[in-house]
This record gives sequence, C-alpha cells and structure tokens, in this order.
Amino acid sequence: MLMGKQSWVFQNKPVIAATGVTGGPFEANGKLAADFDILHDDLWIDEDSYEKAHRVLIEEACETVLKKANLQEEDIHFFIAGDLINQITPTSFSARTNQIPYFGIFGACSTSMEGLALASFMIDHGGAKNIITGSGSHNAAAERQFRYPTEYGGQKPPTAQWTVTGAGFALVKENDGTDENCPVTVSATIGKVVDMGLTDPFNMGGAMAPAATDTILAHFKDLNLDASYYDLIVTGDLGEIGRNTSYELLTNAGVKMDKEKYQDCGLLIYKEDQPVNSGASGSGCSAAVLYGHLLNQMKKGKYKRILVVATGALLSPMSFQQGESIPCIAHAVSIEMP
Amino acid sequence: MLPMFFWAFIVGGIICVIGQLLFDVGKLTPGHTLSLMVVIGAVLDGFGLYEPLIDFAGAGATIPITSFGNSLVHGALNEAERHGIVGVLTGMFEVTSSGISAAIIFGFLGALVFKPKG
Amino acid sequence: MSSKQKKKTPEQQKYDILQKKHETKRPVLKNCLRAFLVGGIICTIGQAITYFYIYFFNFTEQTAGNPTVATMVFLAMLLTGFGVYDHIGQYGGAGSAVPVTGFSNAVVSAAIEHRTEGLVLGVGGNIFKLAGSVIVFGVFAAFVVALIKTILINWGVL
Repeated sequence: MLMGKQSWVFQNKPVIAATGVTGGPFEANGKLAADFDILHDDLWIDEDSYEKAHRVLIEEACETVLKKANLQEEDIHFFIAGDLINQITPTSFSARTNQIPYFGIFGACSTSMEGLALASFMIDHGGAKNIITGSGSHNAAAERQFRYPTEYGGQKPPTAQWTVTGAGFALVKENDGTDENCPVTVSATIGKVVDMGLTDPFNMGGAMAPAATDTILAHFKDLNLDASYYDLIVTGDLGEIGRNTSYELLTNAGVKMDKEKYQDCGLLIYKEDQPVNSGASGSGCSAAVLYGHLLNQMKKGKYKRILVVATGALLSPMSFQQGESIPCIAHAVSIEMP
Repeated sequence: MLPMFFWAFIVGGIICVIGQLLFDVGKLTPGHTLSLMVVIGAVLDGFGLYEPLIDFAGAGATIPITSFGNSLVHGALNEAERHGIVGVLTGMFEVTSSGISAAIIFGFLGALVFKPKG
Repeated sequence: MSSKQKKKTPEQQKYDILQKKHETKRPVLKNCLRAFLVGGIICTIGQAITYFYIYFFNFTEQTAGNPTVATMVFLAMLLTGFGVYDHIGQYGGAGSAVPVTGFSNAVVSAAIEHRTEGLVLGVGGNIFKLAGSVIVFGVFAAFVVALIKTILINWGVL
C-alpha cells in the first residue's frame, strides 16, 4: 500500500524465510566470514572468466536459499535480481540456469533493496507466493569494467573502495505463520536520483551520501517516524567518507541519532588491516551483509527493527569520459523481527 | 660511471615526482599525465634540450616516458634532414620501434602465459 | 576538471564544501617521496642495464638505449604477469607509471586481462586500451614539433 509520497507499507508482512550468501577470498579473511554460507579461495571459481565466476556466486547463493527452504526452482514464482556488469549478464545467465520467471533490475549498488522492495510489494499484494531476490558483485569483473585491468599498476586514492566478491539472496514469501523466528519486511521507500555534481569515480561515498540522506528523510516523513523507532539504520556501501558525510547531512536536517546506531555494510564486512581504503562497495556488499550477518544478528535478538538503505552510483565509464557527474540513488527497506 | 648512477636516480626521481603532482594535485588520470609527459618530451627535444639531459643523467632521462617523445622527434628530424618534409612521417618510429615492438611482443606472450591475479 | 565547479548550483556548491571536510585527503608529500624513490630506483636499474649492454655486448652509449628499453619492458612484463606490478604501482604511483616500465605494464596488463575474450578481439583489440593515448599523443606531438622545426630550418630561420 502506498504511504506518503514514495513509500510502501507491507500490511501482510512478507517473510524472509531463507537466505544464501556466497563470497570470495577477501571476504573469507574479513570480519563476517562466519556469516557466509559458501566461501571461495580464489576469484576464478574454476571458471575461465571473472564474469562466469560472478555468475557462479549468484547461482550458488540461490541454490543455498532453495536448499534451506526445502523448495525447488519450480516452486518459485519470480526471480528479481541484478548486478553491476554490463547488461547484468551474470544475473541473467544465472536466471537461464534457474529457469525462474525473471525481472532483471539495475540500481547499481542499491539493487539489493530495489529487489527486496519490489519482491515484498508483489508478495504483499498477492502477485506471488515465493520470490527469490538479491544481488551479487565480483571485484575483478567490476574493476576491469569500471576502472583498469586488474594487473595495472594504477594508484588508488584513499577515498577509493573495494568491490565485494560475493552474492546475497533471499526467499521472500507469504506470511502464513509457518516460518518461525524469521524476519519480515514492513515498509520500503523508493529513492529518487540525487546528483550533487561530484565527478570523481574514486570517491563514490561522497557522491552517494546525499542520496542516502534524501531517502532516509523521505522514509521518516512518509511513515511519520524518526530514528528512535529503529535499533539500527545501515547503509549499503557509503564507506568511511560517505558515512561521515551523510551523518552530518542527517544531523543538519534534524535527525537525532547516535552515530553507533548508524552503520554501513561497507565498513562492517572487512577487517581494519585489509587494504580496502575507505571501505567495501558493490551490489553484493549490502546483500551479503544483510542476508548473512545482519539477519543472523536479528534472529539472535540483537536487533528488532532495522532500516537497510542500499546506495548506488549510476555512472558508467563512458559517462565519466563524457564529463558527466555521478547521479546516485538509495532505496530503503525496513525489516523487523515479529 | 658512478656519478651517472647518482644522477640517473635523482633526475628519474624528479621526473616521476612531476608525474605524481599531476596525479595528486592536478587530479589527472594516468592516461592524461603520461600523454602530457610524452608531449613535453617531444617539445623539449624540439628546443634541443632533451639530448643534453640524456648526456647528463643517462637512464634518468631515457627511462621515463618523456624520452619516448624525444625519440619520436629525433627519428622524424633525422629522416627529414635526409629526405625533406616527408621524412617527418617516415622516420618517426625508427628510433622508438624497439620499445613499442617489445611491448607488443611481450604483451602478447604475457597474455598467452599469464592469468590475471585480481 | 575543476572548471565543472562553475556550472554547479548553489546547493551543489554548499554540499561540495561539506563533503570536502570528510574527504580523506591524498597524502601528497608521502606519495611524492615514494614516487621519487621508486622512479629513481627504476631509472638506476635502467642505467645498470645500459652499462651491462655497453660493456658486455659492445653497444655504444647511443645504441644501448634500444636493448635497455626492451629489457625493461620484458622485466615489467614478468612483474605484471606475476601479479607484483600492481602492488608496486599502489605504493609508487607515478614512480612506476612514468618510466617505460609503466608503459609496458599498461600494455601487458591489458593483454593479460582480455585473454578471456580471445586472442584476436580480446588481446588484439584491447592491448592498447591504456597505452594508446601515449602513442597517439607522442606521435602527433612529434609530428607537429618536427614539422615546425623542419620548416623553420628550410626557411633558414634556424
């Protein structure tokens, strides 16, 4: 149901019944390794290209979801997913494998919440009973498309971020009371494109912070809430700079919240000593951290209500070369333990 | 011989610092910076300033990419001396061919032998 | 790139100032020192190789340049292939990008990366993705310089 200007409330509280999270070598050495279902020790995953390995990460995450839910592909009505690679081919090829009717979506690194919002809406309104949604990314595949060949000796500035090699997927289904101790989606706010004129592709956090702020403020306004309603507000991949910048923007806009309550998936996933500059990024970042670590924490009782705000930078290598600035977007979904 | 090592280190280092300033202060991409430096090398040779730098600093001037611009101009001018203006076109790659050929050949061999490590 | 500033709206300019407060500044001095060190070392190695060719292979000071460059290109190919050059590059910045080894790394890394698209379209089509602008601008600049100089010489000005 529409609430306010750009938000939905899911009155039937769709359930996130099962999740699957896969990752690569960097993630295996990170802080949240225990929350991954499958971890690989190299980037090729026995495939002959990075893009094919990217596809495998997505396929394995989906297979894990089905196994945990004790379902088959035939039982799933829709597959809503996307990634960062041109024409979202890794996700589309995984849809070729799983043969589930497919909505390919693109929101850059905000794809995970775009998918979860759409999936929750469809379930809530009886458009489907079971939907698998999520997103993945692959460090080397993203580097070679957006920046430089992986062996190139280019120097990354301290504002740069590290694309996660990983995928996070979830089964969203009708709430029929049979799923015990499972989180539910309660509302979502769809972001609009915000462009503050930043042009440096090595400073995504700074570019995305206004979009995150805009969506969070819209969420509070549409649902008549404030930060005190949530135990945790977590952004997708703003990194160090984006988190600090958006926190200041929110505080200036009157949002009262402890900085501890305002976290970022990109800062949670890796250890301090991993060379990731200002944090992790990638469409798989928010998905892997949410569907693994954060939901596990919710099930253990650490958080009852969280707001996940995935942020994306909607640029391409060509738009940068043509002198365009970086338009960004953020989508928010609120998740609660019943 | 020893003084040459010292000057090679110093001059090579300085040219690289200029490049680093173009990266960090000028916020130029590596592509822009290197293209600019190669043009600078060509212009310096046009004024007859690069050869003396090579005599003074040896590899400190021949190894940075600026020397590529210098070599291109040299090849062009040598040929133009012998054959007139058309020599500007025909002579250009004479001196630099080893660098570019080596890069292509070894690049191709590298692609056959190595896999990227991410 | 800073000319874009003039086209920004007041709101965007205000954000720019706020954002810059939080933006981690590039360690310019540290980067320059590292670039100096790495660039200097690479050139010194180049000098050693030049002398090696002069004394052991009877090249002269003028002609030793060719095998020296080819050797440096080869060494950079090995370092790139073994996954070492990108770490040198992160540390040394321009110190590893400006020497001819940086040119070699640009060519070789692109070639290695695009092997997955095949030898013809992948390697052949992408090998100069990064280094191409250096060659294009080098050649064009040399053309202009040499043309001007030749004309001036022919007119007796020089």
